Amino acid sequence: MTLSRRDFVMGTSALALTAPATIARAQSDNINFASILDLSGGLDIYGAPMAETTRLAIEDINAAGGLLGREVELKMYDAQSTIQFYTQFATQAAAGDKAATVHAGITSASREAIRPTLARFKTLYFYNTQYEGGVCDYNNFCTGSTPAQTVAKVVPYAMNKWGKKVYIVAADYNYGQITAQWMQKFVADNGGETLDVEFFPLDVTNFGPTINKIQTAKPDMVISALVGGAHVSFYRQYAAAGMLKEIPIASTTFGVGNEQKLISAEEGNGIIASYGYFEGVDNSANKNFLARLEAKLGADRPVMNELAIRSYEGAMLWAEAVKAAGTIDREPVIEALRSGLSYDGPSGKVTIDSQTNHCSMNVYIGELANQEWNIVESFDNQPPADTQLVCDLNANPNQSTFLFENGLEAAGIK
Amino acid sequence: MDLVVAVLFQLVYGIASLALISLGLAIIFGMMRVINLAHGEFLMLGGYTVVVATNAGVNIWIAMLILAPAVVGLIGVIVERLLIRWLYGRMVDTLLATWGLSLLLIGLVTSIFGASTSTTISPPLGIIRIGDYSASGYELFLTGVTVVLFIGVWATLKLTKLGLVARGTMQNPEMSAALGVSNARIYMITFGLGAAVTGLAGGLLAPLTGVLPTIGATYIAKAFITVISGGASILAGTAAGSILLGGINGIFAFITGPTIGEVALLVSAIILLRLLPRGITGRFFRKFL
Repeated sequence: MTLSRRDFVMGTSALALTAPATIARAQSDNINFASILDLSGGLDIYGAPMAETTRLAIEDINAAGGLLGREVELKMYDAQSTIQFYTQFATQAAAGDKAATVHAGITSASREAIRPTLARFKTLYFYNTQYEGGVCDYNNFCTGSTPAQTVAKVVPYAMNKWGKKVYIVAADYNYGQITAQWMQKFVADNGGETLDVEFFPLDVTNFGPTINKIQTAKPDMVISALVGGAHVSFYRQYAAAGMLKEIPIASTTFGVGNEQKLISAEEGNGIIASYGYFEGVDNSANKNFLARLEAKLGADRPVMNELAIRSYEGAMLWAEAVKAAGTIDREPVIEALRSGLSYDGPSGKVTIDSQTNHCSMNVYIGELANQEWNIVESFDNQPPADTQLVCDLNANPNQSTFLFENGLEAAGIK
Repeated sequence: MDLVVAVLFQLVYGIASLALISLGLAIIFGMMRVINLAHGEFLMLGGYTVVVATNAGVNIWIAMLILAPAVVGLIGVIVERLLIRWLYGRMVDTLLATWGLSLLLIGLVTSIFGASTSTTISPPLGIIRIGDYSASGYELFLTGVTVVLFIGVWATLKLTKLGLVARGTMQNPEMSAALGVSNARIYMITFGLGAAVTGLAGGLLAPLTGVLPTIGATYIAKAFITVISGGASILAGTAAGSILLGGINGIFAFITGPTIGEVALLVSAIILLRLLPRGITGRFFRKFL
């Protein structure tokens, strides 16, 4: 085919005619909802289910007639497990899309990269991941569970069951470092003893030397805060050395990436973890949610965990706040959220705590059997007590800090 | 005493696993001077071969020891025919091309199998008791396979006609061509052999580490450091590099923890290359293969 000058002119003029229509569509009065998650790269085991539930939330909001008579449009960005994309996409979402809210971030590092950006652009920010606690930011709502909600529950439960001597293995970045400090604190508070703490860079795959050290230390249990795909090999190698039957494992991270499906049943049986959600939560909202998810994605849908559920509930909390405020403007929506707004979601009732912009939530302890979590204990309406120790947005709303950045001691918690 | 045995066992296993992931790279880089940045992805493909085959009902031993090297070796031959053979002698270009290949393979595998695969293959073989300590029988098996693999590669290169021709071609391609050897064929076979060894390594490690599309990234740096520290000799170099770096890594990991273990490995590689810029076999064991 050859392109004559006439074809070219006709083609480009046709393009010029359609161009204004495209621009007009971009300026339609849809409400933009931005989501930035890692959908590829090493962290996608967490990001992919979170993206599915975010999509479902926006569909549900629109199916119920949208918000304020307008449709909500999801702008989804894949940060590819790379921090610099977070800052780039956050700027685009805030300045380009003029998003009413940005729901973003998986690791604490990604959150810290975009929190200042979104505060500067005065764009409401939701972080829907369980994390180490300590964010005190008027503009940022952290809906995930924090150590005082989960670690504080799983440590005494496991110590009652298995004994007092604890060996801690954790990922070597701020989540692991700070969570390990919480673990040590809760172990000491419950009259136990921490024998050793070890940190692992995210790409370590050979855990042999550590398994030897655990055998030497002879703890009653191992508590793990290991993160990401490479660290899954710890559980395999631990079971392969016959250790799981001798020294059991409790974890604050095992399961949020659906790790129980990555290892075989006998490599995981008996592991204990605590989160704000397991699929077995017994309420009608959860049964309804799982049924709709299965209808949408089929039987091989991802297993739901706290990160995925909280991504759904975070979007719904924002939608409730917009309805209550009658506008999508940031200030009234934040005030509506901070008025003690709550949402009855699949995990139970989630309520915003105005002192910290975190959530009070139900907390569950699960035990793994044949790749499924069985809920063995549940706790209603647990407050974010760790962040409450250091943060009071009611007294001083003009804050945008991460108080645990330098550890608990620096934050005045011993 | 039990502890010493258990720690020694881990040390030997650490060295063997380093040698296992590096050997295929050593063949391709050491013999052909081709920098294969897709080496990690060859390991990953070996792992996926085992996972897919065992899920389809193939015996795990057949999947690991036969299918993984066969499939990845074949992929290696295809890659050599389509990509590498146009770039011989252009080191920087091969580096870019294989890097692109590595990204392509990660993308392809991710779109086929998804970001995370449920690799529910457990390491076969039971547990070894060493007094109060226990270790995985599979790790012992891996150590054994590594030794056998080294002997096998040595025998192929030293005792067979193919090995002789291949070594001759690598040393002086013009002369071997003048003697009637098809250089293109020898390059293809050598690359395929390197890829097959890499695939075997990836398949053997899959039950221990699991497989992810991006798992190659955790191996590639260590494999390169081992091969370059080892120097020109393929087998002696890889073995010496693995023993030195794996040993230092294992000892420091046991004494202080994995972070310092990795740092110690890298620092010792830097010091080594400052003192012996041509690697260990640039000065010692020069007569060895």
